[in-house]
Amino acid sequence: MSKEKGAEVTQIRAINRVSLKDRLKSYRTQPLSLILFLLVCLAAVITVFILVFIIGYILVQGLPNLTPELFAWEYNSENVSMMPSIINTILMVALALVIAGPIGIFAAIYLVEYASRGNKLVGVIRITAETLSGIPSIVYGLFGMLLFVYKSGLGWGNSLLAGAFTVAIMVLPLIMRQTEEALKAVPDSYREGSFGLGAGKLRTVFSIILPSAVPGILAGVILAIGRIVGETAALMYTSGTVAEIPSSVFDSTRTLALHMYSLSREGLYIDQAYATAVVLLIIVVGINALASFVAKRLTKG
Amino acid sequence: MKNFRETFMKIVFLIAACASILAVALICVFLFANGVPAINEIGVGNFLLGQTWRPGNDIYGIFPMILGSIYVTAGAIVVGVPIGLLTAIFMARFCPAKLYSILKPAVELLAGIPSVVYGFFGMVVIIPLIRQAFHLSSGDVMLTACLLLGIMILPTIITTSEAAIRAVPNSYYEGSLALGATHERSVFFATLPAAKSGVLTGVVLGIGRAIGETMAVIMVAGNQARMPEGLLKGVRTMTANIVLEMGYASGLHREALIATGVVLFVFILIINLALSLLKKGERA
Repeated sequence: MSKEKGAEVTQIRAINRVSLKDRLKSYRTQPLSLILFLLVCLAAVITVFILVFIIGYILVQGLPNLTPELFAWEYNSENVSMMPSIINTILMVALALVIAGPIGIFAAIYLVEYASRGNKLVGVIRITAETLSGIPSIVYGLFGMLLFVYKSGLGWGNSLLAGAFTVAIMVLPLIMRQTEEALKAVPDSYREGSFGLGAGKLRTVFSIILPSAVPGILAGVILAIGRIVGETAALMYTSGTVAEIPSSVFDSTRTLALHMYSLSREGLYIDQAYATAVVLLIIVVGINALASFVAKRLTKG
Repeated sequence: MKNFRETFMKIVFLIAACASILAVALICVFLFANGVPAINEIGVGNFLLGQTWRPGNDIYGIFPMILGSIYVTAGAIVVGVPIGLLTAIFMARFCPAKLYSILKPAVELLAGIPSVVYGFFGMVVIIPLIRQAFHLSSGDVMLTACLLLGIMILPTIITTSEAAIRAVPNSYYEGSLALGATHERSVFFATLPAAKSGVLTGVVLGIGRAIGETMAVIMVAGNQARMPEGLLKGVRTMTANIVLEMGYASGLHREALIATGVVLFVFILIINLALSLLKKGERA
């Protein structure tokens, strides 16, 4: 079927094909088209150039600075090791996902599988989720500080837990939306088949629908990880900036992105900041690649 | 027993679904409850339109920061929208398939780079560049912030505009071609106008991202708390104001910073409202 369609398309293209010569000739009489064409190409070149330049520059400057002492277990002002921050980042991501993952996935299950059409509540949930995804991270930071950190709120102090809850709320709409898309992509025949065999709604959801939606959900979770790893403004006043591995969830921590901010603000450790930027970039690029790989498997399956 | 489990889980799912409502409600309550009293104490006019920010003397006017945020965002739009839109057009209508398979992940990657890394890049590359180009004593000026934010909103604008352009029925383009227009003319004057509202959505999303950006702006904008004086002078945005002073603020000063967050939040709510209106217009 798809092959046939492909053949059709190439045929149509063959009829409409304009040779380079024709095109150049038409540009001579149509200067506006030429200008537009050049502008469009220029813009694309600029976009690619910016990306290559940012990544290339940071890699070139940063890779030579990646010294082993930057990965020492203990942080002090001599070695400004990023190891504690890396471990803190992993802890932060894990804790935030433990909070936001189930809530986001369950919420999506409700929206797709349970809510009836025209349900007013669904409209409200959609609007609030959209609102959440538009709120800037500094506002999350302020809110987290007021609710989780201060004594007038829950009074946890600057802590891993406060930071994790803050970023969990931040990535909730992302996980919700991606899971919703993944659940919607599961064909209805799966549900009908399951019901037809006598399974209840709950069993259908957990043993039929969720397993087939796993790649889509995973892609959403990976994107959420990427956001948490890169987050600074929301964590600065919730998790705090102590560069040590916390002994409990109520200890202050500093994630890698925050570590990098501190280094570059102080101005004394620019070389180390370059190196940290390299590590951050590698993590983010890896996460992106993983997400698109998982998503590709979704479309293939 | 089985029935009980079904109902129980349904209620669990429902509660999870309501989490986002709860979160928005909590954010509103906590921000407004902590910010609005300060605004009242300072006076709405003095706070929003006051041109001086001097916490040491208990003078809290955030008008310079509001203007700073608006100017920097406008600058980012001026830089980012033309490049982003043209790139989107290239990707949707000019790009060979092979090139597309490189460009698309590139744009996604641009979206994934953390804002500290952008900020750092601005610090070590754009600031010296601007300083040399304009012979300034320091390069952390409004222009730097505009350029950097313009780069940062590129992926938002490209992704949304590209989807909008692709959603336009091909018959528009074909009709225009059949009337004798060139490929470029057809794309720009038949397809693009039809994708207007989608492109606009992208621009509004970009505005939201630019106005809320914090770390990157702090690292390049100079952050002087005075009225913006031009592209080649330092500027402080609302977001920068909050982060820079929250660390040591107390009492009314701290509440004034939270109130700055409230103003920012209201800006974002207005932008969200504009977005949902745009989407409604699209459907109609």
